[in-house]
Amino acid sequence: MRKFLAKNAPGYVFLSPWLIGFLFLALGPILVSLYLSFTKYDMIGDPRWVGLSQYEYMFTKDKRFWKSLQVTFTYVILAVPARLAFALMIAMVLDKGIRAIGIYRALYYLPSILGASIAIAILWRQIFNIDGVVNAFLSMFGIQGPNWIANPDTSLYTLVVLAMWQFGSPMLIFLAGLRGISPELYEAAEIDAASKPRQFFAITLPLLAPVIFFNIILQTIEAFKTFSSAFIISNGDGSPADSLLFFTIYLFNEAFKFFRMGYASALAWTLLVIIGAFTALSFFASKYWVHYENEKD
Amino acid sequence: MAESITTYDKNADAAEVSKKLRAARVKRENRQGLRKHLFLGIFALFMLYPLLWMLASSLKPENEIFGRLSIWPSEFIWSNYTEGWMRLQVSFTQFYSNSALVTILSVIGNLISCSFAAYAFARLTFSWSKFWFALMMMTLMIPYHVVLIPQYVMFLKLGWIDTYLPLVVPRFLASDAFFIFLMVQFFRQLPRELDEAASIDGCSPYKIYWAIIMPLSMPAMATAGIFSFIWVWEDFLAPLIYLNDIQNYTVPLALRLFVAEDSQSAYGQMFAMSILSLVPVLLFFVIFQKLIIKGIAMSGLK
Repeated sequence: MRKFLAKNAPGYVFLSPWLIGFLFLALGPILVSLYLSFTKYDMIGDPRWVGLSQYEYMFTKDKRFWKSLQVTFTYVILAVPARLAFALMIAMVLDKGIRAIGIYRALYYLPSILGASIAIAILWRQIFNIDGVVNAFLSMFGIQGPNWIANPDTSLYTLVVLAMWQFGSPMLIFLAGLRGISPELYEAAEIDAASKPRQFFAITLPLLAPVIFFNIILQTIEAFKTFSSAFIISNGDGSPADSLLFFTIYLFNEAFKFFRMGYASALAWTLLVIIGAFTALSFFASKYWVHYENEKD
Repeated sequence: MAESITTYDKNADAAEVSKKLRAARVKRENRQGLRKHLFLGIFALFMLYPLLWMLASSLKPENEIFGRLSIWPSEFIWSNYTEGWMRLQVSFTQFYSNSALVTILSVIGNLISCSFAAYAFARLTFSWSKFWFALMMMTLMIPYHVVLIPQYVMFLKLGWIDTYLPLVVPRFLASDAFFIFLMVQFFRQLPRELDEAASIDGCSPYKIYWAIIMPLSMPAMATAGIFSFIWVWEDFLAPLIYLNDIQNYTVPLALRLFVAEDSQSAYGQMFAMSILSLVPVLLFFVIFQKLIIKGIAMSGLK
C-alpha cells in the first residue's frame, strides 16, 4: 500500500487541479446537460422530465433549428476552404527565398491575433455599411454595392470575408510544413521538365497532406464555434431575417434570453454530436488520402 | 529523403546538372524577387487597410468617416479619445482595471494549473495516466457552449454571478486544456537524465518541478502566458453571461454598449475606444512576435 502511494501520489498531486476542473467543469456539466436536454427547465422551478420530446420537436418542427444548421454549415463550407486556400497560397509565395519574410509573416498574422476581439467585429459592421469603405471602393468602378450587413442575402458573406482575412495561423502551419519538403525533390522534377502546376500536384500537395488534414480539422472545429463576431454583427439575435443565426447564437438566445435551459441543452448536445461525428469521420477518411512520410507502406 | 541525395551524388553528371539548375534558379529567383515583394507589399497594405481606416476614423470629424476611401482626416479630433473614455455612465478607467484584474489572475491561474498537469503527464509515472491524458485531449474538442448551461446553473447556485469568480476560478483548474497540450509537448523534449540525476541525488518530484523543469521551460511558459493574456483580454462570451452590473464590465462588454447605441452617432468615439482596446494586444504582439509565431507552428494554436 505504501509503495502504491509512493508511486502514484506525486502524479495525482500535480494532476489534482486539472482533475477537479475536469470533473466539475467538463464531465459533470456534459452529463448534466444531457439530463437537462430531456427536461423543461426555466431556472425558476425544478427541471421537469419530458423524455425525448424536445429532440422530436427540434428535428421535426423547429424551423429556426434547421435555419441555424443551414447558416452554420454554409459558413463552414465557404469559410474553411477559402481561408485555407488563401493561407496555402501566401505560404507558398513566402516559402521560396524571400528576403524580409519575417515582416510579411508578422503583418499577415496581425489580423488573426486581433480578429477575435469585439473591436474588429465593430469595425466590420462599419466597413460593410451602406456608405462604408467597401462600397466606397466599389463605387470607384461604378458599382453601387448593397447594404451588406442589413441585407439577408449578403450578410453571411461579410463573416466569410472576416474569416478569410484571418488566415494567419494556418499560413504559419503551412509554412512550417513547406519547410519540411526537401528542395531536391523539386530539382529532380525540374530535370524531368515537370511543369509548376504538375510539381504542385505531384510533390507539394501529397507531402503536405498531413498538415492540410491537421488544418482542416482545427479550422472546421473553430468555424463551428464562431460566436462573438457573429453576435456583434447580427445585433445579438442572428438578424437580419435570421441570416446570421449561427447555431451558437440560437443556443445562446434560447438559454439566456428566453431561459429555455432544457431546450438549449438539447441544442448543445446536438452540437457536440455534430462536431464529434465530423472529427471521427475525418479521421476515418484521412486513412485514404493522408500518408505520413515516416509510415512504412 | 537521404537516399535520393546519395544516388544523385554518385552520378557526377546529375550533380553537375543539379548545380547548374540551382544557379539558374537563384538568378531567376532574384528577378522574381522584386515582383514578389511588390505583390506581397500591396497585398499587405490591402489586408491592413481596415485597421488603418479604423485608426484614421477614430481621429476624424463625424461627417468624414463614411462614404469615402481616403484616410487622412482634415483635422485631428483628439477629443474623440477623451470624450469616448467618459461617454458611458462608468468611465473606461473602471473597465480597464476590471479587465486587467481578470486577465492577470487568469494568466497566473493558467500557468500554475496547466504546468502542474503537463508536468504530471510528461514526466511522472502513475496509474491511469494514459487514460487521463486521452480524456484531456478529448476536452480540447468540446465547444464551450456544451458546458455553458450547467456551469451557469452551478455558479448561480454558488452565488457567483456578477463576480469575477466564474471567469477566474476555472483557470486555476486548468480548464484551458490547450495550454496543457502545449506544455506537454515542450516538457517531453527536455532530457530525462536531468530528472533521473536529480532523483538519485534525493530530489523529490516537487523539487524537480520547481528547480529543474520550470527554469528550463521559460519559453513555453512565456508562450502560454502571452496567448492566455490575449485570449482572456478578448474574451466576450463568459463575461457577457456572468457580469450584469456595468460597474463590473470588462472592456469588450463596454465596447458592445457603443454598438447598442449605434443610432446616436458617436462613431469617432466608438472607433477611438476600439483602437484603445487593441493596444495591449498589439503591444504584446510587437514585443513577443517571435515567440507567438513559434508557438503556433509548434502546437497549431489558433
